[in-house]
Amino acid sequence: MFRNLFFAALVAALCAGLVTSAVQYFRVTPLIFAAEAYESEGVQNHGNAAANHEHAESMPAHNHGENEWMPQDGFERTAYTVLANILMAAGYALIIGAVSVLFNLPITWSTGLLWAVGGFAAFSLAPAFGLAPGLPGMPVADTLARQLWWAGTALATGGALLLTAKFRAPWALALAIALAILPHLIGAPQAPDEATGFPASLAASFASAVLFNAAVFWIVLGVTFGRMNDYLAVRNQPAGAFT
Amino acid sequence: MNTSITTTGLQSLSVSQRLIAGSLALLLGLTLLVGTGFAGDYRLHNGAHDTRHAMGFPCH
Repeated sequence: MFRNLFFAALVAALCAGLVTSAVQYFRVTPLIFAAEAYESEGVQNHGNAAANHEHAESMPAHNHGENEWMPQDGFERTAYTVLANILMAAGYALIIGAVSVLFNLPITWSTGLLWAVGGFAAFSLAPAFGLAPGLPGMPVADTLARQLWWAGTALATGGALLLTAKFRAPWALALAIALAILPHLIGAPQAPDEATGFPASLAASFASAVLFNAAVFWIVLGVTFGRMNDYLAVRNQPAGAFT
Repeated sequence: MNTSITTTGLQSLSVSQRLIAGSLALLLGLTLLVGTGFAGDYRLHNGAHDTRHAMGFPCH
């Protein structure tokens, strides 16, 4: 059982990880590079001004000390990103696979798209509603606070979707709506209001590119996961048992 | 969703089997997600930097 789940999740993760890597390579990562160019420009020009700001507090993680390891730009950086994409995809695949098994909600070819929509809503759309996907160098609130809000929102939205999938009752729907709304009533940690060196159009393009990329990622993950599950289910049945 | 249950064989499993497989998968999945998307360690952060931004994880 675990072997089947693991195998299907892994194949789906490989497909989704590679597809998102391609989308990222052509449409998302170039925007990150552009932002980094503005960022280093800004650091050079306003180094002292930035140091006086809270902004400086959020910078060290990205200013990378000279002796801090980071992948070399070019092939190495792309390779690490592809690897990270596949591992992250495996994480998501195992999580939805686990939810599927624990709550007896099969992921199949026909339900794969529902899982894709659910994953996209819980892990991409709902967190992005409060925390717009940001580029390096943008002013941000405390990282831990944002991570907690992000995770809480994903959990609440996923829980809401699970409730509606599992229980067709008014109380479940009411609870689901409350769960989905709650993180947005609490509100995401707000970024300090300060000027940045790069154009607003860059940030806007990035936010929409990230959401498009996430949609593609989830559709590929859900549908290939479902297809693999169907394939393994048929293959594991004794000959003639499949009608 | 009921029609598809028989084709995946999910229902043929006992509750405890599903609990074990599901918990194992959840644990492994969360570890991978936290490692790529959240961990503060600078090697994990720098290696997965572009993934974090591109997938909308909170990053610096």
